[in-house]
Amino acid sequence: MNKLGTYAAETIDLEPPARAETARPATNPAAQPAAQPRWTHIHAPDVRASAVRSTAWRGLRREFKVFLSNPNALFGVAFLLVVALSALLASVIYPSDPMEMVARPFLWPGQNVTYPLGTDSMGRDVLAGILHGARISLTVGIAATLLGLSAGILIGATAGYFGGIVDDILVKFIEIFQTIPSFVLLVVLVAIAQPTTGTVTVAIATVSWPTVARLTRAEFRAIREKDYVLAARSLGFGHARIIFREILPNALPPLIVTSSVMVASAILMESALSFMGLGDPNRISWGSMIGAGRDVIRTAWYLTALPGLAIVFTVLALNLIGDGLNDALNPRFSEER
Amino acid sequence: MRPIILAIFELFTNCGFDKTYRFSQLILHREAEIFSRGEKAMSAYGRVGRTIRKTILQAIPTMLGIVVLNFFLLKLAPGDAADVMAAESGSATVETMAALRERFGLDNPILVQLANYLNNLAHFSLGFSPRYGMPVADLIGQRLPGTLMLMLAALVIAITVGLLLGSLMATFSGRVADRVISIVSLLFYSIPGFWIGLMLILLFSVKLGWLPSGGDSTIGSRLTGLPALFDRVRYMVLPATSLALFYLAIYARLTRAAMLEVKSQDFVRTARAKGVSPFFLITRHILRNALIPITTMAGMHFGGMLGGAVVVETVYSWPGLGRLAFEAVMARDFSVLLGILLLSSFMVIVANAAVDLLQAWIDPRIGASR
Repeated sequence: MNKLGTYAAETIDLEPPARAETARPATNPAAQPAAQPRWTHIHAPDVRASAVRSTAWRGLRREFKVFLSNPNALFGVAFLLVVALSALLASVIYPSDPMEMVARPFLWPGQNVTYPLGTDSMGRDVLAGILHGARISLTVGIAATLLGLSAGILIGATAGYFGGIVDDILVKFIEIFQTIPSFVLLVVLVAIAQPTTGTVTVAIATVSWPTVARLTRAEFRAIREKDYVLAARSLGFGHARIIFREILPNALPPLIVTSSVMVASAILMESALSFMGLGDPNRISWGSMIGAGRDVIRTAWYLTALPGLAIVFTVLALNLIGDGLNDALNPRFSEER
Repeated sequence: MRPIILAIFELFTNCGFDKTYRFSQLILHREAEIFSRGEKAMSAYGRVGRTIRKTILQAIPTMLGIVVLNFFLLKLAPGDAADVMAAESGSATVETMAALRERFGLDNPILVQLANYLNNLAHFSLGFSPRYGMPVADLIGQRLPGTLMLMLAALVIAITVGLLLGSLMATFSGRVADRVISIVSLLFYSIPGFWIGLMLILLFSVKLGWLPSGGDSTIGSRLTGLPALFDRVRYMVLPATSLALFYLAIYARLTRAAMLEVKSQDFVRTARAKGVSPFFLITRHILRNALIPITTMAGMHFGGMLGGAVVVETVYSWPGLGRLAFEAVMARDFSVLLGILLLSSFMVIVANAAVDLLQAWIDPRIGASR
């Protein structure tokens, strides 16, 4: 035992020359023989010496190039930036409450330059409403996605990594949530918990995590058997480290693609809820604007059409980004197209 | 018996010559193997029976989980049955409330209440709706056919148009037609159902006056037979279209992907080499094989479509489950709301089982080996 310890200590002095080698590979080849280990007949790579950090990370240049050469995805990014900017600047451009009456009701778009998109049945500025509505759509969409992603990844990773009875139980749990019609569950949850921005976000996350969990589980089950995971396990790394440092980074591409589609569907769900009157009553949102405009659709259809277009283009932008990400991160499919 | 089974296989599996041949050889081989061991052959019926058994075994714990979840959601909802009754009667003392709770068993430990709830469910009782003054199960039973009809119509529209657009995209893949249709389908995919519903009402009811804007049939009309059916169809076109657009987009994209994948397989090349005309190649050889993922997805979309129906029904005041759910939310009638949740989950399980069976029947690779 003692002897082994000393040998192990001796091999460690391999490390500094190994690093130096990677730092300047070709400048001084004569320096290399100095790094001769004591056991010249052993050529197996030492895990501590050939650490991952010394091999250059390939980077995401190829993925970026594919993504940037896709005009649809670029359009999506550009439109989403506009939406994000209007969400950020909404309270700068329109500092007053968008739910306050500012002018004569039913001004049509273009009738008055001060209110370029007109006013609604209660004299509220439609443009101010749309800009402020961008805020709630994006916040709810992104927050719900982050929550759903974390929950889904955690549960899916546990199920896929450990397998066995843990997997069986978690899969059943996922299945229960996948079987219940998600929008009906969403309506029930929000109705029980009273609609506020927070409860709507949590409720949307509650109905959207199972997709992520399933996907993560499938990825983990496939990656779990790979050699590098086996290597990590044989080195005695803990479960948490193997899950988060070894497997998760390799399972990310499909999750990234899913997350952009998740934001889109979260925005759709939020707008449907607030259209039905189940949104936060104190915040203006695109869905609630449509719900209010619906009653006067015969005389003032622009009140329904304009916020709807905002939803359609935002969701379209997110879906285009999702498509672009899929092409960029999944070379197998992009070749066929 | 065996030739008949083989004929069914050849009819259903696919028309690719070599693949059918391979399958029949495989099945013959398998049957010989099984017969030699003195066991019963795995016929199409056998596969279906096996799938039924497996599905039921899998569905029971899921259903139980959903029921328990449902129960706890009901407990979380503000106000219990005693509160509702007290509110209905207009006045109640603390003593009468306690008496009511005792009568309904609401003062029992939660597990006893859960057992009572399960017992009620086993007798098909979903509780009583004070607002409508009738049992929840009857209420749902009244509204269910409307929703199912709407969903069926939407599914038919989505699958037919989706298959058509998808085949067009796959046939002209990479060309202008493909790009235009794929942008259009992505647009359909992004449009909220309730908004397109309102826009369709605006165009076809308000501006053009062609189609009615809400309801499910002309009130007070005494039409019978074909005119009555035509009347119903007129009312159904707009809601079914609004519900279908989202799924239409999915099926179009799915068909395109599946067809492109099948296109590169050997049996298609063989068929082409035999001189099969392009039309038959696409419809009989490629599309039929591409149908399998689409039936899977259609089964999975049942729940989503039910959710979509909730919103679309509120737009068109269509007398279905969704409209009922909306009214229940507005009236804070949680026993109705949770009854709908439970029943719709049950319907999803049934729909998934039906798709499993259909696939076990169509495709010999599914069900036999597992």
